[in-house]
Amino acid sequence: MRYHPLTATDRAEMLARIGVPGIDALFADVPADKLLTDLIDLPRMRGELEVERLMGRMAAKNVPASSVPFFVGAGAYKHHVPATVDHLIQRSEFLTSYTPYQPEITQGTLQYLFEFQTQVAELTGMEVANASMYDGSTATGEAVLMAHRLTRRNKAVVSGGLHPQYRAVVETLSDMAEDRVQALPPDPLGTEDILAAIDRDTSCVVVQSPSFYGHLIDLAPIAEKAHACGALLIAVFTEVVSLGLIEPPGRQGADIVVGEGQSIGNALGFGGPYVGLMATRQKFLRQMPGRLCGETVDAENRRGFVLTLSTREQHIRRDKATSNICTNSGLCCLAFTIHMTLLGSAGLERLARLNHEAAIRLADALGRVPGVEVLNDGFFNEFTVRVPGNAAAVIERLAERGILGGLAVSRLEPGRGLDDLIVVAATEVNTDEDRAAYAQALAAVI
Amino acid sequence: MLNDQGRPTRPEGAAAAEGTPAATPWTFTGNRALRVEEPLIFEIGRAETTGVDLPAPDGLAPRLGRLARKAAPDLPGLTEPEAMRHYVRLSRSNYSIDTGLYPLGSCTMKHNPRLNEKMARLPGFADVHPLQPVSTVPGALDVIADLGGWLCRLTGMDAVAMSPKAGAHGELCGMMAIKAAIRARGETRNVVLVPESAHGTNPATAALIGMTVRDVPARADGTVDVEAVKALLGPDVAAIMLTNPNTCGIFEPEVAAIAEAVHAAGAYFYADGANFNAIVGKVRPGDLGVDAMHINLHKTFSTPHGGGGPGAGPVVLSSRLAPFAPLPFIHLEEGRPVLVETEAGTAPGETPFGRMTAFHGQMGMFTRALAYMLSHGTDGLRQASEDAVLAANYVRAGLADLMTLPFPDHPSMHEVLFDDGFLKETGITTLDFAKAMIDEGYHPMTMYFPLVVHGAMLIEPTESESKASLDLFVATLRDLVLSAKRGETERFTQAPRFAPRRRLDETRAARSPKLRWEKPKPWTAAEAAE
Repeated sequence: MRYHPLTATDRAEMLARIGVPGIDALFADVPADKLLTDLIDLPRMRGELEVERLMGRMAAKNVPASSVPFFVGAGAYKHHVPATVDHLIQRSEFLTSYTPYQPEITQGTLQYLFEFQTQVAELTGMEVANASMYDGSTATGEAVLMAHRLTRRNKAVVSGGLHPQYRAVVETLSDMAEDRVQALPPDPLGTEDILAAIDRDTSCVVVQSPSFYGHLIDLAPIAEKAHACGALLIAVFTEVVSLGLIEPPGRQGADIVVGEGQSIGNALGFGGPYVGLMATRQKFLRQMPGRLCGETVDAENRRGFVLTLSTREQHIRRDKATSNICTNSGLCCLAFTIHMTLLGSAGLERLARLNHEAAIRLADALGRVPGVEVLNDGFFNEFTVRVPGNAAAVIERLAERGILGGLAVSRLEPGRGLDDLIVVAATEVNTDEDRAAYAQALAAVI
Repeated sequence: MLNDQGRPTRPEGAAAAEGTPAATPWTFTGNRALRVEEPLIFEIGRAETTGVDLPAPDGLAPRLGRLARKAAPDLPGLTEPEAMRHYVRLSRSNYSIDTGLYPLGSCTMKHNPRLNEKMARLPGFADVHPLQPVSTVPGALDVIADLGGWLCRLTGMDAVAMSPKAGAHGELCGMMAIKAAIRARGETRNVVLVPESAHGTNPATAALIGMTVRDVPARADGTVDVEAVKALLGPDVAAIMLTNPNTCGIFEPEVAAIAEAVHAAGAYFYADGANFNAIVGKVRPGDLGVDAMHINLHKTFSTPHGGGGPGAGPVVLSSRLAPFAPLPFIHLEEGRPVLVETEAGTAPGETPFGRMTAFHGQMGMFTRALAYMLSHGTDGLRQASEDAVLAANYVRAGLADLMTLPFPDHPSMHEVLFDDGFLKETGITTLDFAKAMIDEGYHPMTMYFPLVVHGAMLIEPTESESKASLDLFVATLRDLVLSAKRGETERFTQAPRFAPRRRLDETRAARSPKLRWEKPKPWTAAEAAE
């Protein structure tokens, strides 16, 4: 077996050096009746070629996004990632290193985490960012708990424009922590009155912009009302590219900004691994969960970086920690930071503009299909259309024609009377032909 | 002194370099030939530079309303060659498993096969969207179902929750399932028993769901006493969280009796599966009475750690907890995997406690772990566990006469725990000892964990080290111990002397946190006058 360097001779010599008759002597603490004598009933070792064939067959059963006109978004987005990104993250020294517990020999990881934190803070218009959460949804859950610690209140008000699965994560975490969530009903028209829901018991208001349905939300009045009631505004985004064109949440009054960073540098990967982004104000720093990388100097006064403020973390504070997070999404942060570095401000703005224009063109094309209505006036790269009849069936019929046309809202919000809605995303990867094919196919299947 | 690029300026006479021999000889750049000082991107990039060729937008009127960005973010760009050089240079100041033995106890740094990377990057896995029509992703469901099947078989458990994003997230999932099960019984139990030697994530997880932690003391031999557990059990106890093999590297001999006592008290047995790699194919947690256990795919099944993540933490569940598994999950209908994403899709008897994350979990890690399992097979996985245990005990045998073993009465599993007893009267600490290992080209072992012994050093060589590699490692540590005992203190207190950085000032980093790059302040007349 190519993964096991020890030979039978090695093993015999090592057992002799240890002074035991056989390997099972080292498992002596396992109750004798529990120690397995036979191999577990599973397949035996296979060579590289055979595994490639097996896995390749499974992969071939799926339809990759790049192989078809593709318009699915709703929290994960198909973008082009420069080849350099994947090459660099596969450098052994990045790929196969661990958490930088020994800073003298992990400056590579620490420096890119510092660069990542700076980029995220700048993008979101906030003062400080952490060194990554698992993904946008869990970061949102953590932000709510953080707001509860900061305000010493335990009721979160959640907008109906929040991604339904993010809402479910917040509800689950809060429910288990015995906290309360007031989740407003789904808001496909972008007309909800969230201001009315904020009161003196509210710890935080959670608002996604662009919303799950694609609406751009003006956060400033929400921040104002929240602050007047002593609550915090948690701003959420699922499409980080939108920050290239939209006023950052930090400048609209948000106290904690969380979101999904997958769009920059990371593959769709059927939902993970992704990278959660979190940024906040300096004064809330010590209640922020997750890892932080800070600048310092070494014994020769050279600049260097270390993990810092770990007295907030589980390995020191145990049951008093701000979070139980240990593993982060370090390598996904690296992919993010490399891609963002390649883009720079100029590239990000251009990418955002291309996405927005693709969405405008698609919205106009679909809006011209008889019977189809585009619900949004303003949007970034994602919007909602109403189709006659059952949207889930429409999506299936489109798929049969080789077009992945978006997400039927009813898949995530069953039984809510939203069976005729599709959330559609357009990005820079879509061509004019893709859009025309979609509009034509939609006209044919409805 | 540092200049505005954070580089050392030329030392003024001997004073600046006193006691720091590595600072000399001086170079203009601060570089040392192949060892290059790399600035931050903010110091070398420009906002108008971009390394991505994108077509020019057509200039359509935007539909952003009043929310258009008023000022562009200040993010420097690098061209492709600049970025390539920047990140390659950064990578070279990192230690990794591909560059050397990485004996971090409890972290399990083993070989990461590149076949797994290749498989994870097949477009059919990497380039599929979590919400594209289910009819277009049957192969992805196969991967989840197959991996889940392997995990259930290997652990002897009934069900698996695949979505948790990391080990600690899996702990949270398992404990939430326990809380849901207790609620379903109409009971309130809010105490969790956690041995002193547990990972910090265990008490943090329990606290996160509103539970109170009650410590279980460790016996003098590093194990948990069933009688001590019984004394703490009562109608308020929801669960015990036990790591097995434990963090002292010992298999808990009374684990089955502990499980029985916990069940008799109406509580559940949560096993921290961080050390599952020691026992795969040798003993099944389900046979020991475990109700829930997370599996760190990145440790046991070798998905690369990537500088601290991503991980993946599927949770296997006993039949008592299986009905509460969170959304989404897959069940088999006529042998074919069916994806359940909402409560509306559940079958009778399934009462999911909620959702841990958007989408389906760490698919990229699932494909890597499955490729690893298929490559090893049931025989190879058992061999891996045996070799990991063999390697740890071989290192122990080579060092036991020079270093102090706090718990000599039990064989070590995949990791061997020493304490700092052998450094007494040398004036050298565990930290100094670890830093001296860096100068020898090794990543240090886990230090000061577990907390149950003073100055802990937890060594986990793993199954991927050859005998020659283990022999050199043992010889190196023997030389270091003898050197310490001879009083060669500077070799330790001054270490690391040859790393990209000398010891870093962590106090300064924490006292005045500097967490992002700031533009250097403009030159002022006051500074010039100084």
